[in-house]
Amino acid sequence: MLTKRIIPCIDVDLDEDGNPAVYTGVNFEDLKYTGDPVEMAKLYNEAGADEFVFLDITASAEGRETMLDTVSKVADEVFIPLTVGGGIRTRDDIKETLRAGADKVSINTAALQNPDLIEEGARSFGSQCIVISVDARRRYDEAGEHYAEVDGESCWFECTVKGGREGTGVDVIEWAREAESRGAGELFINSIDADGTKDGYDIPLTKAVCDNVSTPVIASSGCGGPEDMYEVFTEAGADAGLAASIFHFDEYTIQDVKEYLDERDVPVRL
Amino acid sequence: MSTTQPPEETLADVVMVDYGLGNLRSAMRGLERAGANVVVSDDPADFDDADGIVLPGVGAFSEGMENAGPFREPLAEAAADGTPIFGICLGMQMLLTSSEEADHAGEGEVEGLDFIPGRNVRFDEGQKVPHMGWNELNVQRDHPLVEGVDGEYAYFVHSYYADPDDEDAVVASTDYGVEFPAVVANEEGTVFGTQFHPEKSGETGLTILRNFVEFCAER
Repeated sequence: MLTKRIIPCIDVDLDEDGNPAVYTGVNFEDLKYTGDPVEMAKLYNEAGADEFVFLDITASAEGRETMLDTVSKVADEVFIPLTVGGGIRTRDDIKETLRAGADKVSINTAALQNPDLIEEGARSFGSQCIVISVDARRRYDEAGEHYAEVDGESCWFECTVKGGREGTGVDVIEWAREAESRGAGELFINSIDADGTKDGYDIPLTKAVCDNVSTPVIASSGCGGPEDMYEVFTEAGADAGLAASIFHFDEYTIQDVKEYLDERDVPVRL
Repeated sequence: MSTTQPPEETLADVVMVDYGLGNLRSAMRGLERAGANVVVSDDPADFDDADGIVLPGVGAFSEGMENAGPFREPLAEAAADGTPIFGICLGMQMLLTSSEEADHAGEGEVEGLDFIPGRNVRFDEGQKVPHMGWNELNVQRDHPLVEGVDGEYAYFVHSYYADPDDEDAVVASTDYGVEFPAVVANEEGTVFGTQFHPEKSGETGLTILRNFVEFCAER
């Protein structure tokens, strides 16, 4: 039986000396130095992670070379699927990233701006390596197309860019369907509302996406512990759960999460 | 000691066939961890001295076969000599006679390498494709490749699966709506393949790669 996947994620930026380093958000704003990307990848590979996500948050052209070099070093240490995201805008970016050793690339803003990039990527490299990432935000007005009930109120989910600071007016559900039909192999659903709260994943959002596509869905943002993973798998139907700080700060091990799920009959790779 | 540490000396010389597809880096690193000296090559002359040959693969069947065309004869010769040949994912599907995938793509009958008689078929309509993620290996019969991995999990990404004519070709199977072959081998046991990616299957995958390298070293 196919298992639910538990995926640790690192956000990588350049430190003061220009070396790649992992930073983790604490209480929404502060980014805390968390460790060396290659060392962390190695530890998670050994700790039983089902995949590994590496997000380049430098968003600068200068940082890109250094980052690809780091991706290669990570790829050499990790014998599980590796997804790399951040700053991927063109077919050539996809190619370079895969060549550096990534198995999948995660594309966000560039796909919204140029949806043809999804087809180009899928045709050239296969759907299995094209992950479309969405930063969703709840909106309580009449501008949406698909509405969900959240705490007694009706809202829709909007695709945002620039880390949720800018809306696009695009309905997440419509976009998810379009991305799927254009050849996305997986959808990576982040929630601006749940991000950093540790109060659990955005279940209405994740469920709405899962109900409307057949492409695998990775739920992200808001995980505070094993019970949140359980909820997103059983109530929303996600295929994978992503988390960062609970693993980085040793609040839970991957094994803790998997044992919790296994005891409750959620299929995991133990 | 962690098994992911690189071994100190190499056990066997393995040629990984570079026919222009996919990311070969992970498979190469995995084989190196497993004790192989790996040469990535598009020159069939390199097959002669190899202790084993790996056919990697990501992508479509017809494109894969087209790219592998120049290697058809040299691979047949190597197989006849008893050199172990290991196909991974699409590389495994190419070991069979044909694939529905080429039919579905309107490309008619595309001939596989035909080391293992049979056809690759698509998962039924009701199943989410691709079958992507970690799934369990059920070993069906003894083969050196699968020693120590019964009941363990491996990482799959595929929409088609092998359907060999001879049931005995199935070394291990996996349940995804149907019980499909996860590992197949020819009658002599020297040509074999995994539908999953051992280089992406953590410790279990490294065990399989180590089994392969040891099998090559013994021959």
